[in-house]
Amino acid sequence: MAEFNTTVKDQGDVSLVYLNGYLDAHTASVLESNFSELINQDKYKIVVNFKDLQYISSAGLGVFMAFIEKIRENKGDIKLASMNDKVFNIFDLLGFPLLYEIYKSEDEAVKKFSESFGEKT
Amino acid sequence: MEKRPEILKSKNKINGKNLQVKSRTENLSKIREFIQEFASSAGFRQDTIDNIMLAVDEACTNIIKHAYKSYPDGEIVIKIKYKENKIIITIIDYGTAFQPESIPEPNIQEYFRQHKVGGLGMYLMKTLMDDVKYVSVPGKYNQVLLSKSINSSR
Repeated sequence: MAEFNTTVKDQGDVSLVYLNGYLDAHTASVLESNFSELINQDKYKIVVNFKDLQYISSAGLGVFMAFIEKIRENKGDIKLASMNDKVFNIFDLLGFPLLYEIYKSEDEAVKKFSESFGEKT
Repeated sequence: MEKRPEILKSKNKINGKNLQVKSRTENLSKIREFIQEFASSAGFRQDTIDNIMLAVDEACTNIIKHAYKSYPDGEIVIKIKYKENKIIITIIDYGTAFQPESIPEPNIQEYFRQHKVGGLGMYLMKTLMDDVKYVSVPGKYNQVLLSKSINSSR
């Protein structure tokens, strides 16, 4: 059966969230708890690494929408990195590149936090 | 038994299939696998299959959340067939009737502000499939029909 799991790591003051597997209406709650926990710990600088994500449905996209406002209010951001083409296409169809910064690599995304403070492109 | 040419037999074999599951999100992966298997034996390209799987996932997620309001023991019946170069998927539920006209086209900025994602699934279905049709018989059943040509560009 298709499954989904995440790993959360700290790199300096940035939290890295690695997604693995299939993110749908069944598994979205896993990522929801990750974001809730980070917010509870006042960690608002988040980079999500999509390298090992095979699949996302709108229920998965909804998780990003649910938390982004709160995170940006606290001078943080969720930056997205290393998406495969298939997953990027779904983000793109829904206009997400207008709302989220999407980077080719995790490093690039992490660096952006130290470069542009509170600034959005 | 009637003797038929081999080619007709194998065509019939993939001509139609059904899957019936309970209205639980844990069944979404099973539903996607069912679509994957059928569409690939019908000869669809993998990127087209990915889009069909996502559209069916969205339709079933809507059924689980809205028609059955997360009640876990509703029935979802998925009928799939391949005919005249088209895959046709009919999804039936016996939950609350659904008025597709009541769901506005999503405005992504607006959704973002309101944290509303409900309409995104329907938008994806319409974008990813060639045709999406709803039929509701209140108190009896709801049916959504999704179709896509094997020659579809997406």
